[in-house]
Amino acid sequence: MTRTPAVEINGLNVSFGGTDKRFTAVRDASLRVEEGKTFGLIGPSGCGKTTVLRALAGLNTRWHGSMRLFGEPVQPGQKLSGNIRSRVQMVFQDPYASLHPRHKIGRSLGEPLAIHGASDIDGEVIAALAQVGLTPDMAGRYPHQLSGGQRQRVAIARALIPRPDLLLLDEPTSALDVSVQAGILNLLSDLKQQRGMTFVLVSHDPGVVGHMCDEAAVMAAGEVVARLDRDGIDARYAAGT
Amino acid sequence: MSAVSSLTQHSPVRRLLRKPALVIGTAIVAITVVVALFAPVIAPFDPYAQDTAIRLMPPDAIHWLGTDAFGRDLLSRLLYGTRPTLLLVLLVIVFMAPAGVVIGIVAGYFGGITERVLMRVTDVVMSFPRLLLAFAFVSLLGAGIFNGGLALALTLWPAYARQARTETARMRASDYLAASEMLGIPGWRLLLFHVLPMVLPSATVRVALDLSGIIIAAAGLGFLGLGVKPPAAEWGSMVAEGTQVVFDQWWIAAAPGAAIFILSLGFNLVADGLRDLMDPRHG
Repeated sequence: MTRTPAVEINGLNVSFGGTDKRFTAVRDASLRVEEGKTFGLIGPSGCGKTTVLRALAGLNTRWHGSMRLFGEPVQPGQKLSGNIRSRVQMVFQDPYASLHPRHKIGRSLGEPLAIHGASDIDGEVIAALAQVGLTPDMAGRYPHQLSGGQRQRVAIARALIPRPDLLLLDEPTSALDVSVQAGILNLLSDLKQQRGMTFVLVSHDPGVVGHMCDEAAVMAAGEVVARLDRDGIDARYAAGT
Repeated sequence: MSAVSSLTQHSPVRRLLRKPALVIGTAIVAITVVVALFAPVIAPFDPYAQDTAIRLMPPDAIHWLGTDAFGRDLLSRLLYGTRPTLLLVLLVIVFMAPAGVVIGIVAGYFGGITERVLMRVTDVVMSFPRLLLAFAFVSLLGAGIFNGGLALALTLWPAYARQARTETARMRASDYLAASEMLGIPGWRLLLFHVLPMVLPSATVRVALDLSGIIIAAAGLGFLGLGVKPPAAEWGSMVAEGTQVVFDQWWIAAAPGAAIFILSLGFNLVADGLRDLMDPRHG
């Protein structure tokens, strides 16, 4: 293989708690995600898939093992910094909790834009909203004035601001109404095509995995128990379509 | 709706006017501040000028609220009495509450050893009995509104620190802070613009509520003779003087009592209104 994989983790261990009551959430997990692919992490609640994602996102730095993002080694205990920090972004599971409740949408999007050196903030906020199918007047609203689907679109728009190459999706549709789930998934697929991003998608929904993923790993009780390619996914989760 | 207008805020004045309680409370506080600033101009008489010929006079056209046992004009004393009260309030607003909030946010955000040290200090200070400490200060440093008030204020900040720490720690685990961090928003910006706005409403409400408590506590010190020195006009000591003649000349105690009541009510109304105003979900 000539291309460097977007994600390469070997022997990842994550545990929580003190020395006496230690809970190992992820045990010896190894994954390899090629650039431009959508990789699924599948498994029941509490199997450690979100924990893997948070370690990849740099939100939890208390892990052991080896991790490379786009070929660059990441050390445990250190926050992601510099180039890698902006190349890896995340969309959270609960769109009701991932937007600052007292910041208007325009500010939630405008602040990272300003930090990433945008000159015309208002114009770029509108552009960022437009690419996720939202109208400019959303910028003046607070998160509580939006529906769940609209919030998740805002969260996606926000995650795209640093122009990430790797987007981590933590059950991006599980908190949403069935009728808006398809819209969000199609939006993600379209954006992926336009921008050539790599996705790591955590889900327990066979439909979502069948619809989105090129490859997948099945997790159970903190361990990777199976790896599936596209055919394997079809066989296991015979997607409805 | 055009994009530009939707990006701008609603006029804060218009939002304010929709809250009658807040308007009334603000008016009471604002009037008190103006009176305190311009007491020498507004007061009809010298609050210290004694005239035994007109002592204990009921309210009339010249002395609107009557005179006290030394023949001093009660209205003038009442107006001058806003000064020590507001000085105390100012002390709390500009120093104690911010100190508590900063300590709480730092403790809650950084956690670990920082949190443990700061919160143990907070616990120690919190365990001081407030009024006893005020007595101790006064007996050590001498009677005076500042010394008594200082003791009250010094024992107040731990409550702010506790509250701010709890709120910050809860927020620390939130997805929106995680998202902001991932977007590369620097730590000081997170603390200042993301954490602080979430902590500020409850702290502000607490300030406003505490202020009414402080006014009453300060009046209590004055009533016990531990506040300002005798000739100075202070509401608590005025009530104390009035109680000696309360059955015959009730207005002498009633006037400063009412002033304490109204200003406390004013701060309480402000507290209530501010909480609604600072939470966009109530807007």
